Amino acid sequence: MSGDPVFELARHYRFQWEPAQEAYVLLYPEGMVKLGASAGEILKRIDGAAPVSAIVAELERAFPGADLRDDVTEFLAHAREKGWIRVKPA
Amino acid sequence: MSSQPNPPLWLLAELTYRCPLHCVYCSNPVDYTAYGEELSTEDWVRVLREARALGATQLGFSGGEPLVRDDLETLAAEARRLGYYSNLITSGVGLNERRIAALKEAGLDHIQVSFQDSTREMNDFLSSTRTFELKRRVAKMVKQHGYPMVLNVVLHRLNIDHVGQILDMAAELEADYVELANTQYYGFAYANRELLLPSREQLERAEELTRRFRERVGDRMKIYFVVPDYHANRPKACMNGWGAVFLCVTADGLALPCHEARMLPGLEFPNVRSRHLAWIWRDSPAFNRYRGDQWMREPCRSCPEKGKDYGGCRCQAYLLTGEAENADPVCDKSPHRSLVDEAILQAGTTKAGKEKETKPVLLYRDDKTSRELSRKRKDTPVV
Repeated sequence: MSGDPVFELARHYRFQWEPAQEAYVLLYPEGMVKLGASAGEILKRIDGAAPVSAIVAELERAFPGADLRDDVTEFLAHAREKGWIRVKPA
Repeated sequence: MSSQPNPPLWLLAELTYRCPLHCVYCSNPVDYTAYGEELSTEDWVRVLREARALGATQLGFSGGEPLVRDDLETLAAEARRLGYYSNLITSGVGLNERRIAALKEAGLDHIQVSFQDSTREMNDFLSSTRTFELKRRVAKMVKQHGYPMVLNVVLHRLNIDHVGQILDMAAELEADYVELANTQYYGFAYANRELLLPSREQLERAEELTRRFRERVGDRMKIYFVVPDYHANRPKACMNGWGAVFLCVTADGLALPCHEARMLPGLEFPNVRSRHLAWIWRDSPAFNRYRGDQWMREPCRSCPEKGKDYGGCRCQAYLLTGEAENADPVCDKSPHRSLVDEAILQAGTTKAGKEKETKPVLLYRDDKTSRELSRKRKDTPVV
């Protein structure tokens, strides 16, 4: 991954808030991932339009006082490895 | 239970017991013809809403063959509106261009197509239908319409040696997921157990082939290999525990903690026609009967692994030992393990039968057989 990529959810995945779990979840065939609070906040902003830099900036506005770039980059690498997200083709 | 149970995550909607196929390993209750009228569309819409409010996210439309119901599109649309991730579990029979497009439009998320085998001969023999070519066409249609596809094959002695070809077929049909589901011995499968149980050698070959195939295809196709518990020495964590995450509603409206549970005696399963699912899930005596570990007997009660497998399967304990509270006899700590070993041994020596001998006959899942079995109750304990 180089530069400032734009991510989108992988095909067949759906992201939504689950009141009963009080958590964001990812749904896919035969399964569900319950996301932690920060993972949820990041994935919520993966919309196939915003580049990573914009997502970091927005998160830093929403949660002032934190340097979030490394956390976000690390989580996105993890999510990509898990197959939850992919780089949006140009 | 004093504390509130966690919400159900799965709702299995067994829309109907009607099915155009007659599979010898069907997990439907053998006396399915004895049950009452199917739930109406309005009933199902209410069930979907109530289960969703409880927290269910994964929804399976199953049966029988769910496409027999002409309100499937209506229910799929309601499911999407409510926020379920919905799955159609189908034989493929009844799926055509018109319906698959309408289901997509309604918001159905994915489709699981069952095959009985990789060969036409065995597929058609096991289901007592001529459906192999149709299933191949349906699988291609599923992909053309952009659904993720799960290809499901139930494995047993008669097809487990074809695992390599089955995986090749799945790859050719571009399945996203493959479920190699070793037969679980309930319902018709239990009645046919002697002829379906594979040998350990067959199983080991199949596992090895699957492992090598996985290495070859990598992430392109995800393969689930459901191990046959008879050949294991610990029981499966059945349903992840009784009333823990799984909720099944049958065609005639019974709410069950697993799709086999209606066989268990002494339990009164509530009907969704007269009870709200919130009460059923949280408060009904049936759903609380085997929650947690207070109900356990030895060797489960003091077992360090009880939090891992929950004592296995209550239905299997009942079927094989006559009492649901016993440890699942698959466990080698169970005093009843010999029943499982004997079944394996017996299956190993049962052949198609020589002439003049009384040979076991494969029972097909059809209405006539069901009515006969309802009288004989062949799925009741053998002890």
